[in-house]
Amino acid sequence: MGRLSVNLCGIELDNPIIPASGTFGYGYEFAELYDINILGSFSCKGTTLHPRFGNETPRIAEAPAGMLNSVGLQNPGVDAVISEELPKLAKCFHKPMMANVSGFSIDEYTSVCEKLDKEPQVGWLEVNISCPNVHGGGMSFGTDPAMAAEVTKAVKAVTTKPVIMKLSPNVTDITAIARACEDAGADGISLINTLMAMRIDLKTRKPILANVTGGLSGPAIFPVALRMVWQVAHAVSIPVIGMGGISSAEDVLEMMIAGAAAVEIGAANLADPFVCPKIIADLPAVMDRYGIERLEGIR
Amino acid sequence: MKQQIFTIIENKPLTDSVYRLRLGGNTSAITAPGQFVNIKLEGKFLRRPISVCDRSGSMLTLIYKTVGKGTEQLSTMKKGEQLDLLIGLGNGYDLTPSGERPLLIGGGVGVPPLFSLADELLQKGCKVSAILGFNTASEIFYADEFRMLGVETYITTVDGSAGIKGFVTDAMKDLDYSYFYTCGPEPMLKAVYRASKTDGQFSFEKRMGCGFGACMGCSCRTISGYKRICKEGPVLKKGEILWED
Repeated sequence: MGRLSVNLCGIELDNPIIPASGTFGYGYEFAELYDINILGSFSCKGTTLHPRFGNETPRIAEAPAGMLNSVGLQNPGVDAVISEELPKLAKCFHKPMMANVSGFSIDEYTSVCEKLDKEPQVGWLEVNISCPNVHGGGMSFGTDPAMAAEVTKAVKAVTTKPVIMKLSPNVTDITAIARACEDAGADGISLINTLMAMRIDLKTRKPILANVTGGLSGPAIFPVALRMVWQVAHAVSIPVIGMGGISSAEDVLEMMIAGAAAVEIGAANLADPFVCPKIIADLPAVMDRYGIERLEGIR
Repeated sequence: MKQQIFTIIENKPLTDSVYRLRLGGNTSAITAPGQFVNIKLEGKFLRRPISVCDRSGSMLTLIYKTVGKGTEQLSTMKKGEQLDLLIGLGNGYDLTPSGERPLLIGGGVGVPPLFSLADELLQKGCKVSAILGFNTASEIFYADEFRMLGVETYITTVDGSAGIKGFVTDAMKDLDYSYFYTCGPEPMLKAVYRASKTDGQFSFEKRMGCGFGACMGCSCRTISGYKRICKEGPVLKKGEILWED
């Protein structure tokens, strides 16, 4: 086991770096840029039962130290993911990947998870109950502890793979949601999804995003994410994946000291497609600087 | 796609709000006219996508309009300063179906990507015509550069202060062409689509996140499914376009 290796729900990772869902496609796009096997793992684009175009455009806006998106879960649907995307990925990625799942009903979540459960490439199911950009699904499951528990229980019943529940920061008490997921059998928690936000174009006096609101990500949200990861890591005993604005090896260490077993890197991939290899390369020297021998147990 | 550092050779205004940026560096990852670059600017999170006007060996020419804080910041940068670019983005124009007399139709800052396209079509042996549309005479740029290449160039201005009074479509009516290539604001593209007598290719612009296909920020619907303007685009063929009203 190397200095960077960590354990995530019983699966060993070479390092804790996991590109976050929605910023890394289905992996193979980035394989044209670098060997993606250097990553700990990656979380694929949020997958639903049926193909989705997502929201109208514009879907993207700039923000101070970050960005807004309102993509709205564009994806080809789980059947096409299994028949087309996963085989393409198999050619360039030889580690367990994290399948990110979204839905508009409990039935949809379980149908998608049941199908992905049979795929040997899938290491973990990351169940997104926190998408701020769709109506009548996504985040509405993640803002109420009882609903979050219900999704968790239903998904756990159809899979033997570790189930990681991805939480929204757009709640009054994120620890209550995390505890409800843990009590319902979740194997891990990942947080945070994006923060609900908006921008207005002064020239048109209208919202920049066609969806009016979107999710804020990037370095701007890092301190918020860090605080919530700290709170959740102290509230539950299952592994926590920390994400939200991480863009350097130093950020990774902060997040892991706050209690994260692994981290996801999101918006930073869009501004700099080589940020993950850079962070992995930087980690040993930055760990030396702060007297950290190994990442496992750093908390 | 490649990430490359370029050094500014020239950053000069061509009109009140249009600048020509000449950069020195390795341009080998650019494979077709109509591709774009994505520029990292100090203090800005998202990169700024700009179409490639021309490339020759180690020199890259970009022409951009100051439309917001990012491009305004870019316009203050000086010779010798460095820029971090992602280059070779997007599919670019396909020269294969051009025929012998292709027509290029550009509007405003849609003109620049047609410049290297014109150059390559001329090298291929085509007789190239271009209609360059602007609002008014003071906004015209690159008309002489197109003429010096050997392109039969027509200018239109909305207010009639130079060239043909009206829109690019007013100049299209009287021309014979084997195929067309166009780039400009979406209302102009739509008008060209309706006025065109042959097949052609359209270059689109959209707000982008990453610029290289990862974020799904710039998706559009086409006859042949969903496409990303940054990856399968920015150039779409006439036959696959679905206009979103």
